[in-house]
Amino acid sequence: MPNRNILDYHVLKLLAQTYGPSGNERQVAEFISQQVGSYVQDIRSDALGNLLIRKPGTGKKILIACHMDEIGVIITSIGEEGYLYFAPVGGVKSSDLLAKRVQFQNKRIGVVSQEKNTVDEEKTSGKYFIDIGVNSQEEAGKIVREGDMAVLVGDYQETADHILSKALDDRIGCFIAVEMIKQLHSEQDLYFAFTAQEEVGSRGAKTIVHGIEPDLALILDTTLSFDSPKEKNRTSLNRGAAIKVMDRTIVVSPRIKNWMADAASQNDISFQWEIITTGGTDSGPIHLTGRGIPTGGIAIPVRYLHTGNEIAAKHDILSAFLLLAVLLNQPFTNL
Amino acid sequence: MLLKELCQINGVSGNEKRVRDFILERIQDKVDSWQMDKIGNLVVKKKPSSSDQPIVLLCAHMDEVGLFITEITADGYLKFQPVGGIDPQILVSKPVSIGSIQGVIGTKAIHLQRKEERKQILNFEELYIDIGANTKEEAEKEVKIGDYAFFNSHFEIIGQDYLKAKALDDRIGCALIMEILDSSFACGIIAAFTVQEEIGLRGSKVISNYVQPDFAIIVEATRAADIEEENEEAWSVELSKGPACSLMDSATIYQSRLIQKVSNIARNHHIPLQFRKSTAAANDAGNIHKGGTGVPTITLSVPCRNIHSMSSVICKTDYEYCLSLLRLILQGGFINAESEYP
Amino acid sequence: MLENSYDLAKEVIFTLSGKAGVTGYEHRLYPSLEEIFGSLDCHLDRDFMGNFYAGKKGDDGKLSVMLAAHMDEIGLMITHIDNRGFIHFTAVGGIDGRTLLCQEVIVHGKQEVKGIISSVPSKVQSNNAKNAIDISKLVIDIGYPKDIVLSLVKPGDIISIKRTPFMLLNEKIAGKALDDRAGIAVLAVCFNELSKLNHRHNVLAVATVQEEVGLRGATTSSNRLQPDLAVAIDVTHAQTLDTKSQVSIQLGKGPAITVGPNIHPKIFTELTGCARESRIPYQVQAVAGETGTDARVIQLSGQGIPTGLISIPLRYMHTSVETASLGDIVDSGKLLACFIAGLPEDAEDLLCC
Repeated sequence: MPNRNILDYHVLKLLAQTYGPSGNERQVAEFISQQVGSYVQDIRSDALGNLLIRKPGTGKKILIACHMDEIGVIITSIGEEGYLYFAPVGGVKSSDLLAKRVQFQNKRIGVVSQEKNTVDEEKTSGKYFIDIGVNSQEEAGKIVREGDMAVLVGDYQETADHILSKALDDRIGCFIAVEMIKQLHSEQDLYFAFTAQEEVGSRGAKTIVHGIEPDLALILDTTLSFDSPKEKNRTSLNRGAAIKVMDRTIVVSPRIKNWMADAASQNDISFQWEIITTGGTDSGPIHLTGRGIPTGGIAIPVRYLHTGNEIAAKHDILSAFLLLAVLLNQPFTNL
Repeated sequence: MLLKELCQINGVSGNEKRVRDFILERIQDKVDSWQMDKIGNLVVKKKPSSSDQPIVLLCAHMDEVGLFITEITADGYLKFQPVGGIDPQILVSKPVSIGSIQGVIGTKAIHLQRKEERKQILNFEELYIDIGANTKEEAEKEVKIGDYAFFNSHFEIIGQDYLKAKALDDRIGCALIMEILDSSFACGIIAAFTVQEEIGLRGSKVISNYVQPDFAIIVEATRAADIEEENEEAWSVELSKGPACSLMDSATIYQSRLIQKVSNIARNHHIPLQFRKSTAAANDAGNIHKGGTGVPTITLSVPCRNIHSMSSVICKTDYEYCLSLLRLILQGGFINAESEYP
Repeated sequence: MLENSYDLAKEVIFTLSGKAGVTGYEHRLYPSLEEIFGSLDCHLDRDFMGNFYAGKKGDDGKLSVMLAAHMDEIGLMITHIDNRGFIHFTAVGGIDGRTLLCQEVIVHGKQEVKGIISSVPSKVQSNNAKNAIDISKLVIDIGYPKDIVLSLVKPGDIISIKRTPFMLLNEKIAGKALDDRAGIAVLAVCFNELSKLNHRHNVLAVATVQEEVGLRGATTSSNRLQPDLAVAIDVTHAQTLDTKSQVSIQLGKGPAITVGPNIHPKIFTELTGCARESRIPYQVQAVAGETGTDARVIQLSGQGIPTGLISIPLRYMHTSVETASLGDIVDSGKLLACFIAGLPEDAEDLLCC
């Protein structure tokens, strides 16, 4: 068993708690740039807000991608009483946010509530709104404007084996990439892509590959965990890095998934398989760029995905880190 | 393999002739006499070597579940009804044959279904067979109303020692009894291969009118629902755990003394035996045990997954254990004593 | 090479239909494709995604014409294996869960293993069952104890439906994966017919991958080829007893030629013109928006590619008893060959919107 303390989880804490809903990833990008600034020279960003960090080498060109954005809500109107009406950003249902806290970029906290239907005889469900504790539209307007976004509130907690926080999707991926930039020495020509707007349809990933044409792309993301009490034998926490087989946007080439699994087995890194039919990741648009890019994925299973209370296991994070490190040092041909 | 040949014959209830012809041809030389009654049951006899030996009835049904053509539509499609207990859900997207004519049971493409349609069970009223005919007239040249349609399914070995085929219920019973007839035992044997079991135990009703054995053994296939891990009590019987002895079903309460005897024999000879936990469904025992002044009757079954489908699955070892147990029962002397009961 | 396109089409379908080529795992089809298109004197190629290319140079080779038919089929994938050794699975592509009960399958693990789809709970027909059994309640029984199951298969392994094609009346053919292996047969017929005709332009036929999950092979292959024009060959719903109100295309009445915004109007006009000239029966299919075929993404590749679509009428699409007419398939291939042979030297005028 490798040293369990090779990852600096304090970085994950800061990453996960940083504000960064889709389209507003700047703070996350700044934090990452600052973290890796002393390790690399080539840091670029593009018009969509993607961050691209190159660690040059003489070997193959490999793209490592993870997304910076998190789900949230966008304010669509401010009511007369100062209540804020909103629409979801990314895969979250307004009803799931009821009575939960959200936080704006300026740190202001609000609570999600729902209109009561006192007049309407038919029980139609009322609109959801955010209450930030103000008395009037005017007062609210001084704090929040239409178009502002808020993210879920979910404090970071680290236990012996687990991490609990908001936005583990996909700050865990960012964390592994940041640690990799700091720790890895590889011959390969590495491009670390921290993408924007994944949660609304992998929009950053559509532009990031432009002009790189990598020989291989590896995507770091989180995945659904199937380990509620009656679920058995499926992808779940503490079973290691999940090697992507299929999601709604990609069927990974069997050669790539087997190459990854062989590398994990040979290095005693625990792994499982990611097979989902609902969600997609940046691997979708990336592997269809140009003539097609050989693409694989490493996923970290997360419970309660897309809530403020996502839970991941350190064992899986470490396994994903180790697997990526091995793959980046592993020769690959015939993919 | 005898069972394979039997399963590949098509013989839906009411149309068992081909099965009967096959069985008769194979066993004619091994029995002392045979007769076919007027509903179509085949009854063969092996005389006892002395008159004090009991007469044992072995009974299995020849018919299988299938489909019955009820209408030919203006476009040349065939509408049908089930013969026997068929879950319509197994029919969708399967090939069938009507004699030498091939057909398919398709369904509306998923692209054309509304969301709620995808959850609806397609019942017999909605299903139809497409034989490729363009018109009603064309279809009528090949198929008549009242024709039977059969599942197209090959006999295959699955995994280690599982067998997959259509019609295992109850060609298993037919095969087992045919194998029994190869040897002689300390009793007389009447073997009845019955018709129309699947549509209400109809053949065995006639058997019970004129056959008067001292003891009867029904040899059957029984549903094994042994899939859901957390629901073991609903399995009824389990594959590869040996033949199943019935305790009670919807037509028969089996005598506990006989059940005891059978399980003692199995235990003494290290033959795995299970008891059928379900009390639903019925078989020919329902008629046989009520024949004449009453007949002591047991049912031995081979567990069968996906029974009444084109993909029924049994375990070969269960079949073999069932054969051994049948032989031991026929050799054993307990039959005489039991015939006095109650 | 078979002179007779009818025999050729039948042979191609009987060769390909029964083989397993589930989306993303199409490689098992390569040997057959190499044989089919090799014997038609095509030069062959493949790309990383798995797309298979068969090309034939034209007399002057000014333009390149891309033909695309997808080789992948819908299928299943193992999600997990339960404690009793039953295999649980999910769909790859648009599978109607109601077509699966008691279906025979092949599990492509360390070796090919036969299996039967059963249901959890394995129920007796109950009259009060309201909903069809959900795909999540189906399992595959491969007849081994759990430890052997685990040594043979693993999550992520692909499962294909087991079905050998067979003939119905009127030279109709039934089987799995006619969507779109029938299209591959059209490509073969097209090359066979072209060998009897002169054609100026280069023809590049692609057996595309991953159509069933979002036209992915066509996306990258059209990026790669950047053809001057393209024709996709796919299947379309043919009317059945239960779709009379939804579908007008008929089985056996000739290829369906699509018209609509996804289709270059001149290509549509040329195709229908060719059909009339050559006395090939055809049907017109009007699609108001995007088609659900490779044509959708090919048209949007690069600076835009003038694209046409020929569809083979097909009953019971996405079941294992898809039914097509051999006549429609042969006619589609002949139509395509006529179209290609009839393209003018300079297609600039033709393709000008």
